[in-house]
Amino acid sequence: MKDIYRGTLVRLSDDSPELLAKAFARWDRDTEQHRLADSDPAQLWSEKKIKEFQEKRAETNSKSFRFSIHTLDEDKLIGGVGLWISSWTHAETWLGISIGERDYWGRGYGTDAMRLAVQYAFLELGLRRVSLGLHAYNERALKSYQKVGFKLEGRMRGEGLRDGVRYDSLWMGILREEWLALMETK
Amino acid sequence: MKDIFKGQLVRLSAMDYEEFGRAYATWNRDSELMRLMDSGASVLHSAKAGKDFFEKMVEKNSPEHHFFSIRALEDNRLLGDINLDVVNNWLGRNAFVGIVIGNRADWSKGYGTDAMNLILRFAFTEINLHRVTLTVFEYNPRAIRSYEKAGFRHEGRIRGALLRDGKRWDMFFMGILRDEWISLNQ
Amino acid sequence: MLDIQTQLFEAQDVRFGPIDHEAHPEIESKWTHDAEFMRLLDLKPARPLSPAMVKKQYEAVEKEMDEDKNLFYFTIRARADDRLIGKALIEWVDWTNGNGFVRLGIGDGEYRRKGYGSQALSMLLRYAFGELNLYRVTAVVPAYNEGGLRLFQKFGFVEEIRRRQALNRDGQFWDLISFGLLNTEWREQVKA
Repeated sequence: MKDIYRGTLVRLSDDSPELLAKAFARWDRDTEQHRLADSDPAQLWSEKKIKEFQEKRAETNSKSFRFSIHTLDEDKLIGGVGLWISSWTHAETWLGISIGERDYWGRGYGTDAMRLAVQYAFLELGLRRVSLGLHAYNERALKSYQKVGFKLEGRMRGEGLRDGVRYDSLWMGILREEWLALMETK
Repeated sequence: MKDIFKGQLVRLSAMDYEEFGRAYATWNRDSELMRLMDSGASVLHSAKAGKDFFEKMVEKNSPEHHFFSIRALEDNRLLGDINLDVVNNWLGRNAFVGIVIGNRADWSKGYGTDAMNLILRFAFTEINLHRVTLTVFEYNPRAIRSYEKAGFRHEGRIRGALLRDGKRWDMFFMGILRDEWISLNQ
Repeated sequence: MLDIQTQLFEAQDVRFGPIDHEAHPEIESKWTHDAEFMRLLDLKPARPLSPAMVKKQYEAVEKEMDEDKNLFYFTIRARADDRLIGKALIEWVDWTNGNGFVRLGIGDGEYRRKGYGSQALSMLLRYAFGELNLYRVTAVVPAYNEGGLRLFQKFGFVEEIRRRQALNRDGQFWDLISFGLLNTEWREQVKA
């Protein structure tokens, strides 16, 4: 049995609501980070409120699996990745990731975390499909997800509006057999 | 898309807890029925207690529990109930099935077998399980034959699990896999 | 004609109406026992519901409409006698970006294949674009729902996403197709 939490640059973990709240409160103030990761309006919640959100989330929810991303060398918390089961019946999950620490952008940390999350979905949850969406303007993410093996499945026209400019969202998916084939070639 | 709730003799229907509470209060009084289906001591519940019990179960509306009442196609009368309980939070895609035909006048008429076929179709083509499991008591040969006919295989026995009328009896485990069911139903 | 006097909730043979908590649970309970219909309408596993359970769902719908303000649910009625024949809704409305998801179904078998779905969708789109002022709407349809695919294509929806093998039903894998229609596109159609 593999250690499915350990990658080459990062490991998947969990942190206390206090610790997460501190990190999120700081990262939220970087609106470029927020606008790359999220489609809801950028907001500045207090640490106290974020801690409440995290405590609520930590209560067992059989359909969502969220992990903190820690660097292997310094054990530094750099972001989070989550799986939200859209349907156990259809064995599909949504995947979302954000790297809050901008020093770790474009260096392979996010891609490593994505690989671990996809592996978890297929090897631990036994799912068939992983889906995700991203803003069309997030080119770094698109490259990263393609590297992991996600295939582009569509584009939603004008799904977002920021600073008066309409932008599309892109949608990608990877099937279990595609991922297994990729693993084999490694 | 098939209508998977209709069989040849019976149909699967929603559970009306008032109706069920009343029916169970009558069926309870047949201790042979109770001893065939339940490992706990036979108890005589009132119609109200039955109603409250079923109401609580149905209200939860959990995706892990699927309850159906079994109704005769000819005259729509309530024959019993059948249910699926997904275990282990979906990871193994395994569920336990339980069935009751309440009135002994309705036994050995094929109602149970028809209902079991419907629930297996539901299990394998609507919620996409990998296997269905059941337990049955050694002293219930009628049920064991019916399950064998539906495709269940013997997988093991818990020795001496039941003590009734001063004698020890085994509890059998039976199971059917998705591929097995598909071959049988080609 | 889009003007204040033209009724939002009246079409030629059907209309939109509110939920009737007394009369409707019994009718909708019957639809939930029709697994063929439910598997066309919903991606969740088909589950037959008693009238009591349907009533609870109606209560949850109105609670969500009131609290979250991103759900708009309509019952579809036959104009002749106001009876319940289906449902139409706009859900997951994202106000910031002006998006919503549309879904509808005619539960009463007698009222299908008569063009009533088109009338209902027409009302729903006018509501989404002319009353909620959304920028775009999305419809998500399983590949096996040919009637659904035809209906949205008829209204000029564009296929935008194909989630490959996203569904597992009846022992087969099916794609899940996402269609989109922009407010501007709809306005052009209506003008024509």
